[in-house]
Amino acid sequence: MSSSVERFDERARRAADRVGSTRVHRGELLRHPVYTRVLHWLVAIAFVLSLLSGFAVYSPWLFHFLTPIFGGGPMTRFLHPWFGLSFDIFFLFQFLNWFGPMTWTGADTRWLKRIKVYVTNAVKLESEDVGFFNAGQKLYFWAIALSGVLFLITGLLMWFDNVMGRWIVAVSYVIHDLAGLLMLAGFIIHFYEGTAAMPGTFRAMVDGTVTEKWARTHHPAWYRAVTGREPRDAYEEEKRRQGRKSI
Amino acid sequence: MPAGTLQIRAISGHSGTVPGRGVQREEEVCKYIDVTTCIGCKACEVACVEWNDHPFRETTFDNTYQTMPSTEWNYYNLIRFAEDERDGNLMWLMRKDQCMHCEDPGCLRACPADGAIIKYENGIVDFQQDNCIGCGYCISGCPFDIPKFNEKTKKVYKCTLCSDRVGQGLEPACIKACPTGCLHFGTKSDMVQIASSRAKQLREQSGFADAGVYDPASIKGTHVIYVLHDIKRPERYGLPANPVIPPSYTYWKWLAKPTGLLMAGLGLLAVFFHRVTVGPKLEQPEEPPPIEHQPDTLEAERKEQP
Repeated sequence: MSSSVERFDERARRAADRVGSTRVHRGELLRHPVYTRVLHWLVAIAFVLSLLSGFAVYSPWLFHFLTPIFGGGPMTRFLHPWFGLSFDIFFLFQFLNWFGPMTWTGADTRWLKRIKVYVTNAVKLESEDVGFFNAGQKLYFWAIALSGVLFLITGLLMWFDNVMGRWIVAVSYVIHDLAGLLMLAGFIIHFYEGTAAMPGTFRAMVDGTVTEKWARTHHPAWYRAVTGREPRDAYEEEKRRQGRKSI
Repeated sequence: MPAGTLQIRAISGHSGTVPGRGVQREEEVCKYIDVTTCIGCKACEVACVEWNDHPFRETTFDNTYQTMPSTEWNYYNLIRFAEDERDGNLMWLMRKDQCMHCEDPGCLRACPADGAIIKYENGIVDFQQDNCIGCGYCISGCPFDIPKFNEKTKKVYKCTLCSDRVGQGLEPACIKACPTGCLHFGTKSDMVQIASSRAKQLREQSGFADAGVYDPASIKGTHVIYVLHDIKRPERYGLPANPVIPPSYTYWKWLAKPTGLLMAGLGLLAVFFHRVTVGPKLEQPEEPPPIEHQPDTLEAERKEQP
């Protein structure tokens, strides 16, 4: 199963690389290939559309200003399941693409124990055992996977509300909302971490590349794996170079 | 009968108060249906279709006399036929099915859209399709399976208790059409009184020992009440013995949902102020600023001056 998935992903990546390309300059590393980037933005667009239309159904008395974007209340309600379905389908591909590097490891458990240090920026350099994804990114990935399944099941039950009866619908609606709030919480953090919180990160999903400096600061184990150099050594070397420059 | 304007008592998904509430005293209206004298002629069905200007639609034959399996978005009023047994003999039960206009309406509780469902002071629960977003929560909020979705307009419809007629001092169309007088319309207290005396008559003179009035307390009563042959088993007529609104439409909607939004808002504030106070994670080592601009140096120079 997993090998056929890997073969599929490999083919999809090659096909996407024929369509677009990623230019890696000196001092940069390839972070996300074309296939991953396209999937990410398809998922993101479908998510934002689902979120905005979902808000308009979640609390129309507060978000009725959003419904004109989608052509009015009933149209918003009509489109929302389709946005959600496309979100689930796009994410399924991203899931297959990513579930390998998203596997939980001992390093991730250690990362979670240091979460306070991470949030308060107490230590400037990320711990040496942090790989391609850190535990926070993995948590968000698995939260999306869980929410995606919950969205699909409860969403279908509400979409075809005459199939299972009104109590199932009444419960589904609560679970759907909870999954939405979980996603929203993750999305706020994800959006922040990907833009303002870590300069140099956003380009990973646009250009597909990051600087080596970024890689060894935030994902040292990945840096070591792709460059073969020790992140700490590279850091010390640059620090020495800076010292010379400033004098 | 109270005539003139209909004063609104409750509005779905509405954050403020109801305008003009309590200015005028209005009687609660009620439709009383005596199923024991219904002959299943369906005159009320026709009157309903006519008054509401619905097109005559195809019926569905389902091996009963019933026009169709359930009420529809353009068929608010349906006589339900059920075959039952009494003392070894067939008993044919006919019940006029339509919106019950609950005192505590599950549809209104479930509705998230501002003003899509309103309840008048006189007890009538009315859908305002202009404000309906077609989410269908009212369908699952209703214990009587009454609101119906229209695939074309993407909105939900149900019996209005002819609020347009009642507002002008007229009885609902179904009442006007009934040939046997099994349908009555008036104030809630009057109807309960007539229904109770009819139930008493059935118990004492007609041998229906369990006859009674269906006005379920679990939803604080309804503005459509029935006299049933057997009040202990309303399921035989297709009525729930204990109609309940799913609690998710009460607690989740009014407590957890706004809390969730509040948390999301606080989350946004949290990341914003995280950026402002803690600041970003920069690539390491950071480029040191040029010596002459370092604030510490400026500070040192200042101290050196007398």
